[in-house]
Amino acid sequence: MLTYIAKRLIYTLPVALGVSIVCFMLVHIAPGDPLTSVLPPDASAQLQAEMRKIYGFDRPLIVQYGLWALKTLQGDLGVSIATGRPVAAELGKALGNTLMLAVLATFIGFVLGCLFGFVAGYFQNSWLDKLASFVSIIGVSVPHYWLGMVLVIIFSVQLNWLPATGAGPGGSADWAWDWVHVKHLILPAVTMSVIPMGIVARTVRALVADILSQEFITGQRAKGLLDGGVFRHVVKNAAPTALAVMGLQLGYLLGGSILIETVFSWPGTGFLLGQAIFQRDLPLLQGTILVLAMFFVALNLVVDVIQSMLDPRVQRA
Amino acid sequence: MSAPLVEIEDLKVRFHGARTVHAVNGVSFRLDAGETLGILGESGSGKSVTLKTLLRLLPENRTEIGGRVRVDGVDILALKGKALADHRGGTASMIFQDPMLALDPVYTIGDQIAEAVMRHEGASAAEGRARALDMLTRVRIPSPERRLNAYPHEMSGGMRQRAMIALALACRPKLLLADEPTTALDATVQIQILLLLRELQREFGMGMIFVTHDIGVATEVSDRIAVMYAGEIVETGTVRDLIRDPRHPYTKGLLAANLHGAVKGSRLQAIPGAPPALEEPPRACSFAPRCPVKVSGCDTQRPPAITPGAGRMVRCVLAEAALQPG
Repeated sequence: MLTYIAKRLIYTLPVALGVSIVCFMLVHIAPGDPLTSVLPPDASAQLQAEMRKIYGFDRPLIVQYGLWALKTLQGDLGVSIATGRPVAAELGKALGNTLMLAVLATFIGFVLGCLFGFVAGYFQNSWLDKLASFVSIIGVSVPHYWLGMVLVIIFSVQLNWLPATGAGPGGSADWAWDWVHVKHLILPAVTMSVIPMGIVARTVRALVADILSQEFITGQRAKGLLDGGVFRHVVKNAAPTALAVMGLQLGYLLGGSILIETVFSWPGTGFLLGQAIFQRDLPLLQGTILVLAMFFVALNLVVDVIQSMLDPRVQRA
Repeated sequence: MSAPLVEIEDLKVRFHGARTVHAVNGVSFRLDAGETLGILGESGSGKSVTLKTLLRLLPENRTEIGGRVRVDGVDILALKGKALADHRGGTASMIFQDPMLALDPVYTIGDQIAEAVMRHEGASAAEGRARALDMLTRVRIPSPERRLNAYPHEMSGGMRQRAMIALALACRPKLLLADEPTTALDATVQIQILLLLRELQREFGMGMIFVTHDIGVATEVSDRIAVMYAGEIVETGTVRDLIRDPRHPYTKGLLAANLHGAVKGSRLQAIPGAPPALEEPPRACSFAPRCPVKVSGCDTQRPPAITPGAGRMVRCVLAEAALQPG
């Protein structure tokens, strides 16, 4: 098992390198001058050249990449052009908020998705199946920012039960595990959970239906197992794939929550990313994309390892 | 005479779906304790369906079962819920054709056997595993301690079938149902498995029903053979009687199609045609369209069950004619 993990870690290295190059290039290929956002429009050519030198934009791209990569490895992601604060610190805070939101949303989505998926798979073509399938299709097709706004209108504006925006009272970004703060988490997490819920439900339904049609299920019944005993076999067979799907969804939510975080003004990475893009804040943008991409790579690694632990057929050698 | 272990009377199985299939059309037979019955037939003859009925493994919602099925004095068709689950694997258990498909791929062999023992005997996990080890030893799997923790895909085909047998016998069933257990195996492994089954069957004193399409295999393991065609038993008898003196044209055809004694270079004697589709219950002799010795009445009425001798039965008008003196 350990050798398998080590091997997978080594495979991850070239992927990480590639990801870092893509992150770097994407930002630099984008048209426009990165300095336009910090310099006044009437800045002299001399000042422009000086600034360019300070930020290192005058050197060849490959050198820029090398320096950036080296600093990144030391945990230094540079300084935000817009705010002048270190990117790593800003990112750290935002990442914590996003992780909290994404993990909770994935958890809700996974639990509900599994519930709907198992019910639909077990009672195929019954009205229960149709209901569960309907809910999951709604889940994947409804635009989640729209759903977010509808939820805000219902639960914040009309019922006044939950706060509409922010991660804490008075727009403070300091998180604490108390009801006042958790209240802020509910609406965005529920909104965000809808997509993984739909996808997990559909995957699990197909999985369960497939497993139930296989002969080894008949084999378990022939052995005299009761429904509960057979269910255990179904779960263990469905688990590796279901968990893999969940892991990927968590990865998507970490990076792809710009819209939801914007709707709810949630101070997470998506929100940060949006800001960085609009302000052409290159170091912040690069750093955020890189960290999110690395998270995705790491998550894939974790999913692979868990899957190989759950499914004996995955080659561990 | 003691009560038979298995008693099936006029079993009819119909599958409903896009089209209705009359898979089994009035099968009756008995099996005594410790006896082996071979059911011989080609694909779609209803032999596996008959076998699965004994464990009620057919899909409930689209299967219609009629007739009487008793195993060890219990009416199988009336069993429900826990009583049915107690019957499965407890009184009667089954060996499937392909153990790769019939064993759960993500559970170890030991766990799968232990699970059955825990379920039926209320044993602890440790007792279950001890029994699993004992069973793996009995089916002569080499280094059984190690195999206890092996997954099905880590074993060879023959080994898997041995494990399947160990699983089926773990709770000492009175009746063993074998559904073409050697079909998925190499010829050399086949004979080992057959010998093992025969031996264990004697050791445990079980009744066994062995379904196969291979007449050689059927004669190897069985005391009696029932030949099935289109959902009916067309002939039964002891192995000796059936091989030496087949009465039904279908049985004769099957024996003639055998490789043994075939002359090199000559064509094998195959039975021409294909079995009927069984969308309707049979109203005449199902074999008539393929029968080489068909007479006028064969297409219009069902042949009677003739008893040419003790323990024999043939469903053919010609067999009846042969019995008439003169």
